[in-house]
Amino acid sequence: MSEFAVEATNIVRTFHDGSFRALDDVTLRVPTGEVFGLLGPNGSGKTTMVRILSTILSPTEGVATVAGFDVVKHPELVRRHIGLAGQFAAVDENLTGFENLRMVGFLNHMAKPHAITRSRELLAEFGLADFGNKLAKTYSGGMRRRLDLAAALVANPPILFLDEPTTGLDPQSRQDLWAIIEGLVEGGTTVLLTTQYLEEADRLCKQLVVLDHGKIIAEGTSSQLKSRLGNTVLVLTFGSTEHASVAAGLIADLSSKAPNVDGTVIELTVDSGPAAAADALRRIDASGTVLVGLQLREPSLDDVFLNLTGHKAEEPATTESGDTGGRRARRKAKV
Amino acid sequence: MTVTAVKYTSDESQHTSIRWAISDTLTLARRNLLALFRIPTAVVFAMIQPVMFVLLFRYVFGGAIPIRGTTYVNYLVPGILVQTTIFGSVSTAIGLAEDLQRGLIERFKALPMARMAVLGGRTIADTARNVMVLIIITGVGFAVGFRPQGGFVDYIAACLVMLVFAYCLSWGFAFVGLAAPNSETAQAMTFPLIFPLTFASVIFVQLLRLPGWLRPFANNQPVSQTADAVRALMLGQPVGDSVWVSLLWSVALVAFLAPLAVNRFRRAA
Repeated sequence: MSEFAVEATNIVRTFHDGSFRALDDVTLRVPTGEVFGLLGPNGSGKTTMVRILSTILSPTEGVATVAGFDVVKHPELVRRHIGLAGQFAAVDENLTGFENLRMVGFLNHMAKPHAITRSRELLAEFGLADFGNKLAKTYSGGMRRRLDLAAALVANPPILFLDEPTTGLDPQSRQDLWAIIEGLVEGGTTVLLTTQYLEEADRLCKQLVVLDHGKIIAEGTSSQLKSRLGNTVLVLTFGSTEHASVAAGLIADLSSKAPNVDGTVIELTVDSGPAAAADALRRIDASGTVLVGLQLREPSLDDVFLNLTGHKAEEPATTESGDTGGRRARRKAKV
Repeated sequence: MTVTAVKYTSDESQHTSIRWAISDTLTLARRNLLALFRIPTAVVFAMIQPVMFVLLFRYVFGGAIPIRGTTYVNYLVPGILVQTTIFGSVSTAIGLAEDLQRGLIERFKALPMARMAVLGGRTIADTARNVMVLIIITGVGFAVGFRPQGGFVDYIAACLVMLVFAYCLSWGFAFVGLAAPNSETAQAMTFPLIFPLTFASVIFVQLLRLPGWLRPFANNQPVSQTADAVRALMLGQPVGDSVWVSLLWSVALVAFLAPLAVNRFRRAA
């Protein structure tokens, strides 16, 4: 395969007869054999991009190739080289785990014995061997996601699209899924992953683009993005809003970024958490303002957005419990 | 990579792609039937409703509905069979709406399978279900006094006529299922379509018992034509051109509805 597994150039996708631009001139190149991250909040265009690259939607403008094949001219060839695991585990609840995988094997035109062996193999690999003959509707959220991912891998695709693979999962299931994705990449798979979590992008992705309202607002390696952002967020909580605004003035020069004051809470992204915290404490103590809380935390997607765009990632991360509300919201969002 | 791709393209002659399309359709038809049997309530409901219709009209309303030329039960059961196969199309709409809602159609669309297999597999599975329902309702019909005078071959021919008709009509319900925002709405949307077709018809009463203003519609609409054909075949009455008219309707409906559903499917997900 060539240097880039996925190349998308000047992709535009509009909905509602052009009145809504879900993607606005997006260009990205995914190097073969790497994990590439599309980071952004809900509604930023991540899913639309994945749908275009997996031949489910066609772009309004622009050209995209996957595994060297044009997604519009040769969608059937693209489909032979990709696996897709969507945002909401797309498994048939009324089939067993094994039957789900075998069905996907058949639909990939694998010979029956091959489809069966491969299904058993994947169930074992994903810790589902004991549940292979149980209906998928009895699976937990984490198990469904693993089954969904396994379904995307039945035909051993060289390129994998993962649309928010861990959204709504508990921390342990998330760790499990990360380990699986890392294993796949070691085996040579190219992964394009969308996520709302900076932590996830940081852990898995070599390169990232950050999307907001269908436009790329930042790109680079995760460490490049982080250094633009600062490594740590210092969170200070005060007894009153007056004290908070006084203190904000005192500590502003500890970071190149302006402090974000929200009521009694100040947030400041800094390069070195402990040193900045010590400095801040000295100044606050001297000023006589009343500090009631101090916390150091990793920057979140909200911090990235605040720094890059001046606004927060509007919607909070939704949790998935397989409820119809979430599905409805999703269907509404994609119209 | 490129090498693999070239190999694939050369493999896919017209012949093999048709073979794969059939294989994909059967894979999904099988999946839909498996799922059907895993939801016992759905099976029971599919069976109970027509049985209740048979009992209701046979024993409650039947005495008040005069029929010329045969007994009411003989008139009723072929009609109920037609009605039941048409009601089966509701599951076409619900099934596709659910697949869409659960993201399965999206998954299928990203697979190197024949896309039409999604609609084909669904409509074929629903036809297979209709065959089972026909057998059961025939049994219930016999139990309550249904005595068709036509031969066995005519009975099978009658079943085929209504299965073909229901299959062709189900493409319209496939469109409804793909256009609905969720399966509950899909189900609700089917009733305003199904009720006039099955009740403003000759399924339960003869044409002359209907009010005059309703007769032109009731007499000429496709469900009545199909019910006439099925009844004539089953009861050994003169068939006339009713079978041909029903089949013509089937062809016309599928020619109109299938492109609608296919177009909707292309844009769905």
